[in-house]
Amino acid sequence: MTDPLITADTVPRIAPLFRFQWEEAQNCHVLLYPEGMVRLSGSAGEIMRRIDGKTPVAGLVADLSAAFPGADLEQDVYKFLEAAYGHGWLRSVAAG
Amino acid sequence: MVMAGSAPSLQGKPLWLLAELTYRCPLQCPYCSNPVEYTRYKDELDTDQWISVLRQARKLGAAQLGFSGGEPLVRQDLEILIAEARRLGYYTNLITSGVGMDEARVAAFKEAGLDHIQISFQASDEELNNYLGGTDSFAHKYEMARMVKKYDYPMVLNIVIHRQNIDQIEDIIRMTVDLDADYVELASTQYYGWSKLNAELLLPTREQLARAERIAHEYQDRMKGRMKILYVVPDYYETRPKACMNGWGAVFLTIAPDGAALPCHAARQLPGFDFPNVKDHAIDWIWHESPAFSRYRGFDWMQEPCRSCPDKTKDFGGCRCQAFMMTGDATNADPVCDKSSHHAQLVAEVDRMTAQPIEAVRARPLLFRNPKNSRALTPNEKA
Repeated sequence: MTDPLITADTVPRIAPLFRFQWEEAQNCHVLLYPEGMVRLSGSAGEIMRRIDGKTPVAGLVADLSAAFPGADLEQDVYKFLEAAYGHGWLRSVAAG
Repeated sequence: MVMAGSAPSLQGKPLWLLAELTYRCPLQCPYCSNPVEYTRYKDELDTDQWISVLRQARKLGAAQLGFSGGEPLVRQDLEILIAEARRLGYYTNLITSGVGMDEARVAAFKEAGLDHIQISFQASDEELNNYLGGTDSFAHKYEMARMVKKYDYPMVLNIVIHRQNIDQIEDIIRMTVDLDADYVELASTQYYGWSKLNAELLLPTREQLARAERIAHEYQDRMKGRMKILYVVPDYYETRPKACMNGWGAVFLTIAPDGAALPCHAARQLPGFDFPNVKDHAIDWIWHESPAFSRYRGFDWMQEPCRSCPDKTKDFGGCRCQAFMMTGDATNADPVCDKSSHHAQLVAEVDRMTAQPIEAVRARPLLFRNPKNSRALTPNEKA
């Protein structure tokens, strides 16, 4: 895994080792993986639940901006995605 | 369980459910974590009872589910239980020797929604693997590991490391690389039950350990980003205890084959306990109110040096079973801790156990985990 360069065209998907779901008992979104669980903050959950392996980063930002008008969240999205790639939670769908 | 940003509201949920479906097993590993007297517990929960366990625990917040044993593949209803677990939203893990598996079953597990399979190997060479497991299983395990990969599961391999295979650690790691594992657990034997009986033949020497650790770390660096290697040292060589089970009754719930609910799968050996059974009680009551699960929860039960120790919130005083086995009192500090007044005794015991040359160790017979030995070691057991 090389450090990915995330651009507006990058299409992220959730890595095969992980499962993303809403966890009622925790009242938050989580990522489950072999013998572990990551609890996600509200904003991280909002980003993650839009990741479907089809939508490019620009689309995620546009959708989030529509859902949370007035917030300048582009930088936050990139920052979260970089961290998520770093943890191995996300991979990019190969272009073309 | 690794938690990012844990919150107070999280405390007290049985996040990790270990379903020990059966004590039956085709292997005879001499370090088996099942109770020595496992033949005493004969009445396994049936399919409906297990489904009820899964539903109740999920409602209480359980998210990780391990199907274990014995050998869980012995249960013919495993596919049904996996499907129910997936439907309930568990992340399900099958912990298996691979014996009893074939391609049709791997495909059926996938169909049912199993998330991952962890296969254990006893060694990297066929002869030693089969000797330690007491079964000709190596070739089949290898084939099943390939099958796991073919069906696109994350490949998790587990190898228990001890005096008789630790010198082959490089071969063992190479085998896991050859099998294209994603995650490798090199788990040193922990000394409870069967492995405690065999401890003199299993505990590696300091020198063996230092060498193995160096090699494991080399491969951790080399395989970075491709394969994650977890190396667990035997805690007998540590000076601070492990945070056993992350604390008693904190996140782990084990349900034994007969329905006994345990805060840890080794806890059955502790005296003076009446562990509640899911046949008689709701899991909500067992977890939140039963005397057994409350007994070592939090810090009030502790004695010195734990009581006033700043590390008690990190290691919870270590392991209750180990404290009991070595001091006769489960509320003592785990003697692994060098603040324990029993620590010097442990060090002396380790020195004594590892003083014999490896040839002498190999010449002595291991006590294998099988029904015959279990019955012989169980008091009041009618053969």
